[in-house]
Amino acid sequence: MSRDDQLIRVTRVLGRILLYFTLVAISLWFLAPLFWMFMSSFMPLEQVGVFPVEWIPRVWQPENYTDALKFWNFGTTFRNTMLVTIFSLVGDIGSCTIVAYGFARFRFPFRDTLFLILLATLMLPFAVRLIPVYAAYEAIGWIDTFYPLIVPAFFGNAFYIFICRQFFLGIPQDLLDAAKIDGASEVRIFTQVMIPLAKPAIVVIAILSFQNSWNDFLGPLIYLKDPDLHTLAIGLYKFTSLPGQGGIYNQQMAASTMMVLPVLIVFFLFQKQFIQGANISGLKG
Amino acid sequence: MATAFGSQFSSLRGKRRERWRDLSPMRKREAKMGLLFISPWIIGVLLFALFPFVASFLLSFTKYNIVAPPQWIGTAHYVEIFTDDPLFLKSLKNTGVYVSGSVAIRIVLGFALALLLNTKVRFLGLWRTIFYVPSVVPIVALSIVWLYVLNARAGLLNWFLGFFGIPRIRWFADPDFAMIAFLVMSTTWVGVTMVIFLAGLQGIPEEYYDAAKIDGANLLQRLWRVTIPLMTPTIYLNVLINIIGAFQVFTQIFIMTGGAPRDATRTYVLHLFDHAFQYLPPQMGYSSALAWILFMIIFAFTAVIVATSQRWVFYQGGEA
Repeated sequence: MSRDDQLIRVTRVLGRILLYFTLVAISLWFLAPLFWMFMSSFMPLEQVGVFPVEWIPRVWQPENYTDALKFWNFGTTFRNTMLVTIFSLVGDIGSCTIVAYGFARFRFPFRDTLFLILLATLMLPFAVRLIPVYAAYEAIGWIDTFYPLIVPAFFGNAFYIFICRQFFLGIPQDLLDAAKIDGASEVRIFTQVMIPLAKPAIVVIAILSFQNSWNDFLGPLIYLKDPDLHTLAIGLYKFTSLPGQGGIYNQQMAASTMMVLPVLIVFFLFQKQFIQGANISGLKG
Repeated sequence: MATAFGSQFSSLRGKRRERWRDLSPMRKREAKMGLLFISPWIIGVLLFALFPFVASFLLSFTKYNIVAPPQWIGTAHYVEIFTDDPLFLKSLKNTGVYVSGSVAIRIVLGFALALLLNTKVRFLGLWRTIFYVPSVVPIVALSIVWLYVLNARAGLLNWFLGFFGIPRIRWFADPDFAMIAFLVMSTTWVGVTMVIFLAGLQGIPEEYYDAAKIDGANLLQRLWRVTIPLMTPTIYLNVLINIIGAFQVFTQIFIMTGGAPRDATRTYVLHLFDHAFQYLPPQMGYSSALAWILFMIIFAFTAVIVATSQRWVFYQGGEA
C-alpha cells in the first residue's frame, strides 16, 4: 500500500468519526430539553432549580403527576381535546378526499384557475381572517362551543386537498375506465376504488389533522372561555399561569409530559407518514 | 412540491379556455359532477377565506368593538398606526429580527443537517427521527419547557454556555437578549426543513456527481455547481413557507413573555392580538388595519421572491 492510499484511508476514517461526533452533538441539542422535561417531572421541587443542572431525580416522585392533576382538570380537557380532534379528523378526511377527487378526475371550466385560488389561500395570513371570523361566530352564538374548531374542517383544508389531489393524479386512468365499463357510478368509483387506493395519502392527512387539533392554541384560546370546555393546550397554559403556580416547575413538567406523550406515541407509530407529511415533494405530480 | 407548484402555474398558460355552452352533453355531465365534488371547498373558500378577507378590509376603516355595530371612520386607524403608535414600529422591528434570524437558521442549518445525513450515514432513520421529534411537540408544552431552558439562574442553556466560559445571560430580563432567546428556541423546528431538503437531496441522480468527479471537481465545487443549483426549487419553496410563517410568530411569545421585557419581544401579531382580544373595549377595527398592513407586507415579500425566482431557481428538464 502506498503512502498516499494510507493517507486517504486515515482522512476517511477521521472524517467518519467527526461526522458521527457531530451527529451525536446535534442530537443532544434536540433531545436535551425533552429529556430534562421528563426527568424533572419526577424530581423534588428543590432539585429542579439547582445549578449546575442535575439530570437524575435524587428521589423519584411520581406524586408530582397526581398533584398536578389536582389543580388541572386533565380528564375534562383530555375529553374535550379528543372530541375536537376526532370530529375535525373525520371532517378533514371526508371533505378533502371528495374535493381532491373533483379536482383530479373531472374536467370543468375554470378548474385550473380554481385550483390556483386554492393554492393562493395557503398564503393568506391567519391574522387577516381572525377578526371577521370571530365576529361572525359571536353573531351566531358559537363562542363557547366546539363548532368553530370543528365545522371548518368539513369544508376542506387547502393543503390536505393539495396532498390528496397529487395522489389521485398518480392513480392510473385504466383502473377507473375498467370500473366505468363495469357500470359503476361516479360515487361508487370514488368510494370503492379511489378511497381504498388513496389510503397512504389519507393516513398523512389524518396525522396532520390530528397534530393540528391536538396542538392548536390560538383557536381554543379565543373561542373557549368556559373552563369546562378547555382543551389540553389551554388547560396546560392556564395551569402554569395560575397564581402561585409560577414556581412549581416539577408539576408543570409533569403536566407538560402528560400532554406531550400521546403525540410522541402517535409519532413513533407513524413516523414514516409524519415525514411524508412534512415532505410533500415525495408526492409531486 | 416545488415542482408541483411550478407546474400548476405553467398549466394555465397557452391553454384555450373552455366555455360552458361549447361543451358536449357528456362533457357537461362530467363538469357538473366535478363541480359537485368540489362544492364543499367552494362554500368553504367563500365563508372562511373570501368573506373574512373582504370583511377585515372594510372593518379596518371602522371603529368596532363587537358589541356595537361598526362605525365608519375612514383612514383614521391607518393614520394613527403610522403617526401615533410607537409599538407598531417596535413590533415591526422585532418581527423583522425574528423573520430574518429564524428563516436564516432554518434554511442554513436545515440544509447543513440534510447534507450531513446525505453522506451514506448509518442509522439514517434514527438521526432523522431524533432531529424531527421536537417539531411534533405541542407548542404550549414546548414553550413551558423552554422557559426553563432559558431560565437565567438555573436554565439548561446557561449551563451549557458555561462550558465555553460564557457568563450567565439573563435571557428574558435583558431587552438585548430576549429576541435572541426566541431565535435560539427556533432551532427546535429545523427538523421539518431538514426533512424536506433531505428528500430533495436524495432525488439528485448519482450520475451527476460521478460526472463532476470525472471532470475533477472537488467536494466544494460539487456542492456549489451540482447540489445547490439542483436544490434551488426546494430552497425557494422553503424560503417562501418559512418567511410567511415567521411573520406570524405568536404562540410561544404570547405564552413565554407576552411581549416583555419593555416590549422587546412584542411581535406584530402579538400587538394585533392585544388590540383585538386583550384591550377593553376591544379594538377590532384597529386590529383589522394592522392585519391588512401585515398582509401587504407579506404579499410584497412573496411577490418579490416569486418575481426574482426565475433568475435563481432552476428546474430540471421539462418537468415544470
